[in-house]
Amino acid sequence: MDFQDGIEPNSDYDDALIVPSDDVREHLVVVGNGMAGCRAVEELLARDAGRYRVTIFGAEPHVNYNRIMLSPVLAGEKTFEQIVINTREWYDENGIDLITADPVTTIDRAAKTVTSRSGRTVHYDRLLIATGSDPFIIPVPGKDLSGVISFRDMHDVDTMLAAAEAGKASGGGSAVVIGGGLLGLEAAHGLTLRGMKVTVIHLMPTLMERQLDEAAGWLLKSALEGRGQTILTGADTAEIYGDGKVEGVRLKDGREITASLVVMAVGIRPSTALAREAGLEVNRGIKVDDHMVTSDPSVLAVGECVEHDGNVYGLVAPLWDMCRSLADGLTDRHTGYRGSVTSTKLKVAGLDVFSAGDFSGGEGCEDIVLRDAARGVYKRVVVKDDKVVGAVLYGDTADGGWYFDLLKKGEDVSEVRDLLIFGQAFASGGGALDPKAAVAALSDDAEICGCNGVSKGQVVGCIEAGACSLDAVRAGCKASASCGQCTGLVENLLALTLGEDVQSGPKTMCKCTSFTHDDVRREIVAQDMRSIPEVMQKLHWTTPDGCSSCRPALNYYLLCALPGEYVDDQQSRFVNERMHANIQKDGTYSVVPRMWGGLTNPRELRAIADVVEKYDAPMVKVTGGQRLDIFGIKKEDLPAVWADLNAAGMVSGHAYGKSLRTVKTCVGSEWCRFGTQDSTGLGVKTERMTWGSWMPHKFKIAVSGCPRNCAEATIKDFGIVCVDSGYELSVGGNGGIHVRATDFLCKVATEEEALEYCAAFIQLYREEARYLERTAPWIERVGVDHAKARVVEDEAGRKALAARFLYSQSFSQDDPWAERASGNRADLHQHLQPQALEAAE
Amino acid sequence: MTDWIDIGTLSDIPQRGARTVRLDGEPEIAVFRTGDDKVFALVNECPHKKGPLSQGIVHGHLVACPLHNWNIALASGEAQGADSGCTPTIAVREENGRLLLARPEAQNPEALRDAA
Ligand SMILES: Cc1cc2nc3c(=O)[nH]c(=O)nc-3n(C[C@H](O)[C@H](O)[C@H](O)COP(=O)(O)OP(=O)(O)OC[C@H]3O[C@@H](n4cnc5c(N)ncnc54)[C@H](O)[C@@H]3O)c2cc1C
Ligand code: SF4
Ligand code: FES
Repeated sequence: MDFQDGIEPNSDYDDALIVPSDDVREHLVVVGNGMAGCRAVEELLARDAGRYRVTIFGAEPHVNYNRIMLSPVLAGEKTFEQIVINTREWYDENGIDLITADPVTTIDRAAKTVTSRSGRTVHYDRLLIATGSDPFIIPVPGKDLSGVISFRDMHDVDTMLAAAEAGKASGGGSAVVIGGGLLGLEAAHGLTLRGMKVTVIHLMPTLMERQLDEAAGWLLKSALEGRGQTILTGADTAEIYGDGKVEGVRLKDGREITASLVVMAVGIRPSTALAREAGLEVNRGIKVDDHMVTSDPSVLAVGECVEHDGNVYGLVAPLWDMCRSLADGLTDRHTGYRGSVTSTKLKVAGLDVFSAGDFSGGEGCEDIVLRDAARGVYKRVVVKDDKVVGAVLYGDTADGGWYFDLLKKGEDVSEVRDLLIFGQAFASGGGALDPKAAVAALSDDAEICGCNGVSKGQVVGCIEAGACSLDAVRAGCKASASCGQCTGLVENLLALTLGEDVQSGPKTMCKCTSFTHDDVRREIVAQDMRSIPEVMQKLHWTTPDGCSSCRPALNYYLLCALPGEYVDDQQSRFVNERMHANIQKDGTYSVVPRMWGGLTNPRELRAIADVVEKYDAPMVKVTGGQRLDIFGIKKEDLPAVWADLNAAGMVSGHAYGKSLRTVKTCVGSEWCRFGTQDSTGLGVKTERMTWGSWMPHKFKIAVSGCPRNCAEATIKDFGIVCVDSGYELSVGGNGGIHVRATDFLCKVATEEEALEYCAAFIQLYREEARYLERTAPWIERVGVDHAKARVVEDEAGRKALAARFLYSQSFSQDDPWAERASGNRADLHQHLQPQALEAAE
Repeated sequence: MTDWIDIGTLSDIPQRGARTVRLDGEPEIAVFRTGDDKVFALVNECPHKKGPLSQGIVHGHLVACPLHNWNIALASGEAQGADSGCTPTIAVREENGRLLLARPEAQNPEALRDAA
């Protein structure tokens, strides 16, 4: 392809002021031969073709082309010729002077002239600035290396194509795209199709965070990974390295990705330099009024370079509105531009993503969420004051236009509120507004449960045969027993068939889901789910990001199911676990260092005494679990306190966590005249094995040296009482509001066995109990025989449980204090620092 | 006339988390960032028993107080559900990647600069 079709800059023009004497019409000079500049001229021609004499300056060497089609050109779906909007003939036929490859460099408003790089000076009567945007280049070392480009014009596309070609020659090149927004993903897609290995680096935790919410962003990421792209979210670029030419990208966390091409697509900025230098009023963009007139009445501006009513736009739809108002103004009509509401559709082939309006909610907003895991669909419509104010659709965007229309027109949707999320066909379908009526209208052979192929007739049959709860239906005919998507339909059928006699099933996890804790745990393992957004999508959560009950539970379930793999979500943890200390009623914290088996020594005691003095802790107290609790530490001081305690060899006591707290001991055979075994020593071993493990709830252990039981082992979650012939193990005790003595589990002969049974029991509890269920209610619910069957009678099962526990311990026995004390995320303990004052408004 | 104070960038606040700001002569302020990257600011005190809201779990546009789990709407400061009470809100906005916090009245700009 030869793109050098523009007029070559001609030095003959150098000093000339071009004012053709034969054309007395007003001269309109346009700076920018892009989407908006050219469209404005088209609109003008359509209204009054002969009125102005028109000259267009373009910085690019091309005629006007459709910039949004650059992606298909990159992907190989279109050629450059196919995306040209106006050919050179068109300019000629309409008497337009087109000057390409020659950017305007100055505007002289007093003389009413513009001057270009090659030195042409042209007089104007009206000037139209349509310079578009400049890609934003992040100021990292290496940004100027050859092979680092943006994605803005045909030249960039050519560079990308050349890199892909070169890569092919050397057996597959690799590219890094910085920025996981619309543009970055289009570039990544095109490069992937061109055979490059592509890594997308995105600073934010989710892709396209401005358009999509987390759930849709997660779906998008999964889909792109399925296409072979590597997506790194939460990744911050430190540097682009290479010797003259790009060789790779280094992230702030030290990771390196080799690449021969780096595409920066992190954002755009209105191109305002020219206007600013000419003294026009410029804020974020060139300020214009409703007729696209700037602060100088002879100068107009349109497109991405302008700011109207505080808004700047980065999509074409608003430009069309602007161009219409502009052309009206130029031909003495005065409609005026009123701003635009925009919607976004991702063009990347095969991925359906739609977003419009403000879906971020806020006061008075209601979220309506539909997740259809089987079809990979996520829909979220935000309603405020009975009007649609935003929508995000993933997987099924057919109704995007409808929602967008409702949004723009501000229509009252209270009538169709309940069916809105199902889309236009459903919501406006024959007045069937009552969901029960809709179900009633279905024929008997209509499919209700897609997973198990159960028809309406079968479900009704099952209910008539005696199933009067959701669970009974699930057990009876399998409907809603798998993905659960049809739960609502089944419930409606129950209500319809039984009238009001529907029994409600077991309690759901929280108001965000219709699944119970047990269902969720089972599905996480069965479907190998790996993240909170994944669980929420696959199990049809009805809120965008859960609540304070389900998020900590999901975080724990995933942590338990995927030791060493799942990345803990700090923001789904209760403050105590996030701060690794106990919050007290005045907002200060208390800190408990671990004392193995309750033993301590002068060095530790001295370090604790020093901390108490140094940080002015108002109180120190011996806890019920035989440890020392230091009260009244300020959040800002926590890292320093931990550093001091770490320096004396102490680690966190997890007194704040849903995890192993302490192992209480008595002195046992070493000192006590009654002691039968070394209970203190066994306590230390037990604590060394179990510390640091996350559990459904807090967990306490005790070891007593004889049946006098001075360590109170029979009101602990796991108790060991030493006797002459060995060790009596008991479980499920609780000293809390409802005091409960342990149930006897079994007696074992050796310390090794005691430890193995302990590990196995803990793992059984970790894998089966509901979050926030202590061992006492759990044992009462499942029966101690269940624990005996799994831990005592089934030897292989016991060994497997213990092995799973020890495996997960190999990842969790890191002292969380040490990590924070070393400065990692220490900022979370500090106040934000105001930077400077800025007066506005 | 509102004074806007630059308190940093969005990335200074963990997503679904909060950071605090102290300004002379004003109660501590909690600045929240939600899952969809909206920013809200409230006085860092629960209307119930003054729990530090900045330490709560942020979900949707609500925060669950860390002391007794009241849910407070970030936009209005209102306690949700059966609970009642309200925490004062403070205007905050994002501009050119910076977070700007409104200071209700211009007090003493010099003192603020010194504090910063
Ligand atoms: C790859 C890509 C894909 C896109 N996809 C979509 C999409 O799917 N949907 C959507 O709505 N939007 C999309 N956009 C955005 C859309 O292209 C822009 O909103 C639109 O092009 C803006 O029009 P404009 O005229 O303001 O700027 P531009 O089209 O960029 O035109 C400005 C022109 O001015 C020229 N210029 C700048 N300074 C000077 C000067 N001093 N002298 C002379 N000429 C100058 C530039 O070279 C450029 O040709 C996409 C953009 C890109 C880059
Ligand atoms: S439990 Fe037995 S061995 Fe332990 S201190 Fe009490 S009496 Fe001594
Ligand atoms: S102090 Fe916030 S809920 Fe009690």
